[in-house]
Amino acid sequence: MTSTIPAPLALIAELTHRCPLHCVYCSNPLDLTRPDRELPAAVWERVFNEAAQLGLVQVDFTGGEPLARSDLTELIRSARSAGLYVNLITSGIPLDEKRLEELVSAGLDHFQLSFQGAREENAAEFSGTRTHARKVQVANWVKRHRIALTLNFVIHRRNLPDLEAMVEFTEELAPSRAEFAHVQYYGWAFANREMLLPTRAQVEGSLEILKAAEERMRGRTRVEYVVPDYYAKYPKPCMGGWGRKVLLIKPEGDVLPCHAANVIPGLKFENVQANSLRRIWEESDAFRKFRGENWMSETCRTCDRREQDFGGCRCQAFLLAKNASATDPVCSLSPDRSSVDAILARINTSPETTMKLEWIYRPNSS
Amino acid sequence: MIPGMDTHPRLAAGCRLSDQSQGHTMLLMPERALRLNGPSLEIVRRCDGRHTVAQIVQELQAKYSKALPKKVEHDILEYLELLHKERALDFE
Repeated sequence: MTSTIPAPLALIAELTHRCPLHCVYCSNPLDLTRPDRELPAAVWERVFNEAAQLGLVQVDFTGGEPLARSDLTELIRSARSAGLYVNLITSGIPLDEKRLEELVSAGLDHFQLSFQGAREENAAEFSGTRTHARKVQVANWVKRHRIALTLNFVIHRRNLPDLEAMVEFTEELAPSRAEFAHVQYYGWAFANREMLLPTRAQVEGSLEILKAAEERMRGRTRVEYVVPDYYAKYPKPCMGGWGRKVLLIKPEGDVLPCHAANVIPGLKFENVQANSLRRIWEESDAFRKFRGENWMSETCRTCDRREQDFGGCRCQAFLLAKNASATDPVCSLSPDRSSVDAILARINTSPETTMKLEWIYRPNSS
Repeated sequence: MIPGMDTHPRLAAGCRLSDQSQGHTMLLMPERALRLNGPSLEIVRRCDGRHTVAQIVQELQAKYSKALPKKVEHDILEYLELLHKERALDFE
């Protein structure tokens, strides 16, 4: 049973690490790929066809900022021709109505637009840009087309006070879907963690607001949110399990099981320029490393939940406990849970005024 | 929200069926894919904005003639309501 390799469902195509924004919680690695190393469209086309043959049904075009690729229309067209459902995960910058029309005609299925807050001043602090008004405009343009629209609000301690305003904006616009995503602590977010982690009161308050919003918008907008995992009892089933449902390809063609796996030492990632996607998915060391149960700690191996959450996130286990095979330390059953509790204790007791806020901004790599 | 029998179910914007090249047909939507089996595929195929709910029920009662008509109707209405909640379907 565990020797059968599952067929993956989604391909995360990180087309570029170039981006006009500088978000303090960006999930890209600290070590951004240089633009001259990006895969050309012809290679991506081959990859999309291999992906469809492997059984993949969805592709997420992301980055950096996928709109930074001048050949994005062509990429959408070839992904759609290969038989994939095309999601665009984007800041909406830079975009005009003509280009949006081209993307839609090329076969774009779903436009997921990020928001850093409910208003310009607040949002500008986290993205390092004044882009909120333009995003509102883009959202309205997308509504004129017959494609799916998601508003994705990244929420954290510094913009949670505006959550009701974000919900109100969502209700007025009535997109197909709205995601209120608590920041996850990888990449740049990990570096800025102390400033981003919400207080317990904020988390509880946000869950109340979002539950009510979900009920009110049912049948019009699909509202999605989760409890941020530092505050949860059990860990998230990260990526649906290591090497089970998702493949991520970086701008230069390295294939990873998720966007953070580069933090784990000793993993060797294969590149699509040298190998087929099938070969990488089924046989590469990196993908095989945490499949099955043999790698699990005693705690996980004997736990009834192991087939539900797979012991949580490997990257987080490394970031927090310096051991990628450990139980995810956010789990209440983890021997390392106390280190997470210590961080939360600091966040929940340190008065804001005594903390000097200094963000680490992600640079543009253009 | 029980769908009206005279309304026309239609797949929502950005929702569509996959190619059948891999053997199964899936209903694709933002960040989600639902595998469709025999009856669910027969329902979704008819959510084209031209069939009314009543017509879908009639056609499937005829197709699944061995099943109790009341059960077929109940299951269809329940499934349509679920798809609507997931925002895969609109009623026009």
